[in-house]
Amino acid sequence: MRLTVSQSPHEKAPYTVSKVMWGVMLALVPAFISSVYFFGVRALVVTLVAIVAAIATEYLTQKFLMKSEITAFDGSAAVTGILLAFNLPSSIPMWQVIVGTVFAIGVGKMAFGGLGRNPFNPALVGRAFLLMSFPVDMTTWPKPAELLTKMWLWVDVSVDATTGATPLGVVKEGLKAGESAATVMSQIPDYFNLLIGNVGGSLGETSAVAILLGAIFLLYKRMITWHIPVFYIGSLAFLTGIFWLIDPTHYADPLFHILAGGVMLGAFFMATDMVTSPMTVKGQIIFAIGGGLIAGLIRLFGAYPEGCMFSILIMNALVPLIDKFVKPKRFGKEVNYG
Amino acid sequence: MNLRTFKIGGIHPPENKLSAGAPIEAAPVPEKATIPLSQHIGAPAVPVIKKGDTVKVGTLIGKGESFISANIHSSVSGIVTSIDSVDLGSGYKVPSVVIKVEGDEWEENIDRSVILKKEITLNSKEIVQRIKDAGIVGLGGATFPTHVKYMVPEGKKIDAVIINAVECEPYLTADHRLMLERPQEILVGIEILKKALGVETAIIGIEINKRDAYDTLARAATDFPGTRVEALKVQYPQGAEKQLIKAVLNREVPSGKLPLDVGCVVNNVGTAFAVYEAVQKNKPLIARIVTITGKHLETPANYFVRVGTMVNTLVEKSGGMPEDIGKIINGGPMMGKAVTTYEIPVTKGTSGLILVDKEESSRRETTSCIRCAKCVTVCPMGLEPYLLEKLADRKRFEDMEELDAIDCIECGSCSYVCPSSRPLLDLIRLGKANINRLRRERSKK
Repeated sequence: MRLTVSQSPHEKAPYTVSKVMWGVMLALVPAFISSVYFFGVRALVVTLVAIVAAIATEYLTQKFLMKSEITAFDGSAAVTGILLAFNLPSSIPMWQVIVGTVFAIGVGKMAFGGLGRNPFNPALVGRAFLLMSFPVDMTTWPKPAELLTKMWLWVDVSVDATTGATPLGVVKEGLKAGESAATVMSQIPDYFNLLIGNVGGSLGETSAVAILLGAIFLLYKRMITWHIPVFYIGSLAFLTGIFWLIDPTHYADPLFHILAGGVMLGAFFMATDMVTSPMTVKGQIIFAIGGGLIAGLIRLFGAYPEGCMFSILIMNALVPLIDKFVKPKRFGKEVNYG
Repeated sequence: MNLRTFKIGGIHPPENKLSAGAPIEAAPVPEKATIPLSQHIGAPAVPVIKKGDTVKVGTLIGKGESFISANIHSSVSGIVTSIDSVDLGSGYKVPSVVIKVEGDEWEENIDRSVILKKEITLNSKEIVQRIKDAGIVGLGGATFPTHVKYMVPEGKKIDAVIINAVECEPYLTADHRLMLERPQEILVGIEILKKALGVETAIIGIEINKRDAYDTLARAATDFPGTRVEALKVQYPQGAEKQLIKAVLNREVPSGKLPLDVGCVVNNVGTAFAVYEAVQKNKPLIARIVTITGKHLETPANYFVRVGTMVNTLVEKSGGMPEDIGKIINGGPMMGKAVTTYEIPVTKGTSGLILVDKEESSRRETTSCIRCAKCVTVCPMGLEPYLLEKLADRKRFEDMEELDAIDCIECGSCSYVCPSSRPLLDLIRLGKANINRLRRERSKK
């Protein structure tokens, strides 16, 4: 009888990296469905193109540049592809989707050595790159169309009747121009439409309900913990809330800030990215509060209407520092018995 | 019910207590007994018999002469055929006394009756001496000589005995069955331990997945003032000494210190039973309960076995070795040791033998760390396994020391949860060994 002799433990939990990644993908399904519902077939195609480009980039890099083991199909590249697509307007030219994805995987992930070694969230790296490179295409937002005209969105995206600024953009411009908050808020869809996602914006970020559905799944499966989303959203609401309380005529209310733009997607799916967030609960809270405050500051005072992407990227950069100084509470330290 | 538990980390692996319903069955006296002289932590016992001697059941054959050591007694009667080096499945050879069994003759001063003897006549000192003479060691698996724990240094104040009835390792059921079948003896054993220390309080910690054992002991304990049973949430590694003390008394043993330093002594429930037998019946530790189990085994069972019985005979009794077995674990699946052969004798520390099929025997392939932080979350000592692994790999042992690697209790929770199947505990062990080496070198200077 041939026996395996190995060190303990001999028992192994059933999770694997692939299962984690498939879980995240499953959690993204509701947001995906809402994106297709509101933005038409093109949303589906953008997502598929990003997935294929992400996997292909990882595969080719590993095969020809790194000459390492191929892990392109472990699901992590696909997740990056989906998340990047969710951060793009549906009208974006396909070649830009491909360029952005290649940059996200190639520079954001593989250049650092691949999965687990990238300091920045690769999908956000891709989005930042596209926003800098193609600012016009990246900020042309098709409005959700009536169901029957969905195919038309696909045929010609440049017709300006179908595009408009995002609610965050409208509010930013309006307040900057000196209009009162009440006037500005009357120009954007109501909170119900913000909640379900019937507004202009990036593919997967508009529907708070769909994102929450996925988030509940992730929380239930314990693939993420509540700390990062709650503290991220909480600190954003806190900061924007203070200004709103001080001067409600010139600042939008915190609920608007939570529902508009990429906060929900960012808080539940981007800031919680395991690779690029801190390892301890305390560290994660610091990370999330910092992110929420930065996002709020950019939205209130920055040049961009939206600050989620930058807030998470900036906090990503601080993760090694946080992990160095924030340690878990050790058992048997700091106790004093006679 | 208000369930207590420890506060940091922990996991809940599948319990797989296949033999929980199997009553303890006495295994037959073997034809040949192989009794190692080192069945405990500490110095091996020194043989006091020689080849050709006749021994009875309970005859002293090895004497524990160092401070941390334990006596070894013959578990059978017969003739010593050799004192040999025997592989106990680890690859290391241990000097062992081999006895050819003839009949079953016991030393005269051993009380073999099963009548419960409640009255404790010995005083504290005599009790500790009796425990020492009987060669009792911790039966939970660590096999630390029990009497050493009861030689409390001057100035330490002990106020409670904690009885470890957690049995948090999957598969194992020896303690569970013992509690169901011998609750009175266990409780008298605990009275003896209380008397040895001069304390009023004893707390038995049981995880609530053994509800029947909790009920049995809680009911019986009403006759023993000062002894209570605490129901604990099911959470591995609650059977670890520090975690158990935290769970039942909410006291935290400081890093590098012992339970003594927070006023308690912890003993396994099986040890309490052995103490009863030694003190009330003058019976040395010559037999123990062993769980023989595995998903493919015909009849997983709990045997009361004489030390020195070959394990393979027990497997035969349980329906024989199933096909496709790829690994045999001596002890629990979380902390037990994989052995190279199952032709090994039962020792004082053999809590169980688990037969694992080929599929579950090999590890999954290791992939990159995805920083999921699960290892940090589950570590019951509040360490950072992912970081310690990396540092060990880079031979940065001083940095590991700085990060308290030496506090690792090797429970394996980190390796268990890792989705990338990284060899976390393996490398932490390497680091700990090197930290100890560095400390020895430093103290030499």
